[in-house]
Amino acid sequence: MTTTTTLMPYDEALERYEPVLGLETHVELGTASKMFCGCATTFGAAPNTQVCPVCLALPGALPVANEKAIESTIRIGLALNCSIASWCRFARKNYFYPDMPKNYQISQYDEPLCTDGYLDVEVDGTVVRVGIERVHLEEDTGKSTHVGGATGRIHGADYSIVDYNRAGIPLVEIVTKPIEGADRLAPEVARAYVTELRELMRALGVSDVRMEEGSLRCDVNVSLMPRGSSEWGTRTETKNVNSLRSVERAVRHEIERQAAILSEGGRIVQETRHFHEDTGTTTSGRSKEEAQDYRYFPEPDLVPIAPDPAWVAELKAALPELPSVRRKRLQQEWGVSDLDMQAMHNADAIDLVEATVAAGAPPADARKWWMGELARRANEAAVPLSDLRITPDQVARVCALVASGALNDKLARQVLEGVLEGEGTPDEVVASRGLQIVNDEGELSRIIDEVLAANADAADKVRGGKIAAVGALVGGVMKASRGKADAARARELILEKLGVSA
Amino acid sequence: MSLTRKSAAELAALMASGEVSAVEVTQAHLDRVAEVDPKINAFLHVDAEAALEQARAIDARRAAGEELGPLAGVPIAHKDVFTTIDMPTTAGSRILEGWRPPYDATVTRRLREAGLVILGKTNLDEFAMGSSTENSAYFPTRNPWDLSRVPGGSSGGSSAAVAGYVTPLSTGTDTGGSIRQPAAVTGIVGMKPTYGGSSRYGLIAFASSLDTPGPFARNVLDAALLHEAFSGHDPLDSTSIDAPVPPVVEAARHPDVAGLRVGVVKEFAGEGYQQGVLNRFHDSVELLESLGAKVVEVSCPSFTTALPAYYLIAPSECSSNLARFDAMRYGLRVGDDGTRSAEEVMALTRAAGFGPEVKRRIMLGTYALSSGYYDAYYGQAQKVRTLIARDFEAAFQQVDVLISPTTPTTAFPIGERADDPMAMYLADLCTIPANLAGNAAISVPCGLADEDGLPVGLQIMAPVLGDDRCYRVGAAVEKAFESRWNGPLLKEAPAL
Repeated sequence: MTTTTTLMPYDEALERYEPVLGLETHVELGTASKMFCGCATTFGAAPNTQVCPVCLALPGALPVANEKAIESTIRIGLALNCSIASWCRFARKNYFYPDMPKNYQISQYDEPLCTDGYLDVEVDGTVVRVGIERVHLEEDTGKSTHVGGATGRIHGADYSIVDYNRAGIPLVEIVTKPIEGADRLAPEVARAYVTELRELMRALGVSDVRMEEGSLRCDVNVSLMPRGSSEWGTRTETKNVNSLRSVERAVRHEIERQAAILSEGGRIVQETRHFHEDTGTTTSGRSKEEAQDYRYFPEPDLVPIAPDPAWVAELKAALPELPSVRRKRLQQEWGVSDLDMQAMHNADAIDLVEATVAAGAPPADARKWWMGELARRANEAAVPLSDLRITPDQVARVCALVASGALNDKLARQVLEGVLEGEGTPDEVVASRGLQIVNDEGELSRIIDEVLAANADAADKVRGGKIAAVGALVGGVMKASRGKADAARARELILEKLGVSA
Repeated sequence: MSLTRKSAAELAALMASGEVSAVEVTQAHLDRVAEVDPKINAFLHVDAEAALEQARAIDARRAAGEELGPLAGVPIAHKDVFTTIDMPTTAGSRILEGWRPPYDATVTRRLREAGLVILGKTNLDEFAMGSSTENSAYFPTRNPWDLSRVPGGSSGGSSAAVAGYVTPLSTGTDTGGSIRQPAAVTGIVGMKPTYGGSSRYGLIAFASSLDTPGPFARNVLDAALLHEAFSGHDPLDSTSIDAPVPPVVEAARHPDVAGLRVGVVKEFAGEGYQQGVLNRFHDSVELLESLGAKVVEVSCPSFTTALPAYYLIAPSECSSNLARFDAMRYGLRVGDDGTRSAEEVMALTRAAGFGPEVKRRIMLGTYALSSGYYDAYYGQAQKVRTLIARDFEAAFQQVDVLISPTTPTTAFPIGERADDPMAMYLADLCTIPANLAGNAAISVPCGLADEDGLPVGLQIMAPVLGDDRCYRVGAAVEKAFESRWNGPLLKEAPAL
């Protein structure tokens, strides 16, 4: 069955309706062991090799809570300006699904560990405060793979296989309060929120937050209300939106889709929707109209969590510098404009530039290479900057070589290319490719003499006072030296030989 | 005297002095299994060769001069609700028929570490739900006192095996009375330790907040020795108490109640109680007074609401605990013919694999936890639970222990209550409060009912972590009664 989805153009949709957003983000914690057992959590291990009686829910097995995961959750809550519960419990969320071994998930229900906080995000120079409803701790499910069928979904599949390695990995759920007033910036606000959250997790060191590996997953709730109304519309929940760009696109698409339905007098169905990366659209999943009854009750196998206030205070005092604060500090230290800082932020280059500066490069040089040549290379290869095969230390070394006059920018680009292609360190590439600047005065003098002889006209012009014509001669020298000459020194020598003082 | 008539402590002493070997002791009990078990059906699984192998290992260690625990070489029967790596574990259910666990329960591991020789796994009501062992998916177990009657439940295989002299010791689990009630109706000793005093890791869960492993024996000291052997903190069970095991063995060796304050629970008498049971209870009260205890009547008004609260809490937890039996990873699988969905296979398997009582409780619990009913049922039951705990606390301000009949009647005939769940549930009337509050409680024999000549149990309840009081009072009662009876009550049981 195919249905065509009618969309209303974004501008028109925003003229008539106001969006309300809600974001539920799941973060897999990077603890060494699982939430309720001692199994390893290594990503990409052979299926069903990181399992035990507890995470397979064998009869008789019991959970024991991972203290490190509780600590990480509290630190996340503190970084999000939440209140930390002095006493709370895990709860069982009961439903049957083959990738959930116990057929209940140990989660938290009406007693979350952290409540009522906020995260400030910046969009187009404006700070938007996103309220945080709650942060709670739970366990991940196993991973089902549906084999056969066209969509990879269970419908139409021949059979399904389950990998329980993921079952029981600690998962933190972060739920925003409804985000109102974002207006036409709603998609950007959603993206900025997830970006900021991701950086926060990284700064806290609690997760590797790799969206493509599923260690950060986002569900996007969108509803529309007619302009002038204050009553929220029915929302949809778009599941597992797996990149920052997709967060933005999913919100935009839902706004356009819901606006089209509402404007024709239709009704939004409260449901789960699936986002499709390829088309940027969402399709209907499970209807939530017949609300599933999860029969939550306090988990009797675990004792309540009662974090000692003194310990919480210690954790709070030991929080690292938060990303937004750090960005402000770095911007000041580096002396860059808002626009440049934003560009670095968007390109995920701040960490890399900072590390390059730490390795001795001047901030301006570090930024120039990462945001220029290296950004271009990453873009060509369609990979994140951090995935390029070059380290901040190596970039700093290239900066140093340029500063010392051993390389010019053109040669430096070739060195970077060599490093990216796996030819070794910058020094190794310089040696193997023979990229040293020609600073042997005799050799340079000989090249200049050749160039002057071959370009007598230009030489005459310079002699005649047309200093600007020297550019062509320097160009000739660079060409003849295959870029290895020091252009500034060549210019000086040419003018000297022609008896002109610059 | 035959080895099978001896207590665990006596057998241990004989083996320690080298008079008999563990192999001889084990063989004697295996012979008794072969002779008696066809009549009482206490075992779901017996592994004679494995038992003899364990016994040989104990003998070898002893011969090598190794220091062994106080129960090394003593045979034991293990309730088939604890996982055992070398034996099938079924919980009395078809849904786990033939399942071989890849791990040992903590209790199992500690039995092995103590050098106890596991003869086999005993029968039980399916998933420990019942008071007669008739809910076993395999067969009912019979009471050695009268083969037409139930041995109590859910740990009926374990009580029958001990009462039938098939083993001096066995393990049980007590969720609402599943150790104390079978002990009472078979004339033996059964102890429910403080909740969290013994590990639940590897105990197939019925109701997590209530399940408590405990010992069966023919006398109080043996029960204490076994209690001590497998109890204590377990890091694999979050609800296990990180405190030393109360001095239960020492208490069992000091049967002294002089000056002790004993409270009789006023609410546990009257309608529904068999006269012979009440008579023996009154004998016990008089006995305790004669031993110098100060007996007073204590009111625990909330205890009358314990049964309904229990039948909301226990089924609620079981409805969730038993969700894992879904045919995906282990156990029975029905209808997997390549055309059915996972959900259909789950449903068909659960329909075929669970018995009627288990289904009844899953349904009850699912209902009680449902949105819109939660507050009225599960939530309300939790409040009752708090009130019961407060009644206990108030009572223990006045007295050191509370006493009551263990169960309102003697062993009932097989089949009599099988189709009447309410009548069956009433068997746990007096035992449930201690489960809801987590207290320690023991049942010791206190005579035979006048009407039917069947054993009656006296329940002694102590505060949380006051397990040693149960043993001290139990041992005093045992000593005084045995001197009055010229031996243990079990000598009155017919020969099998």
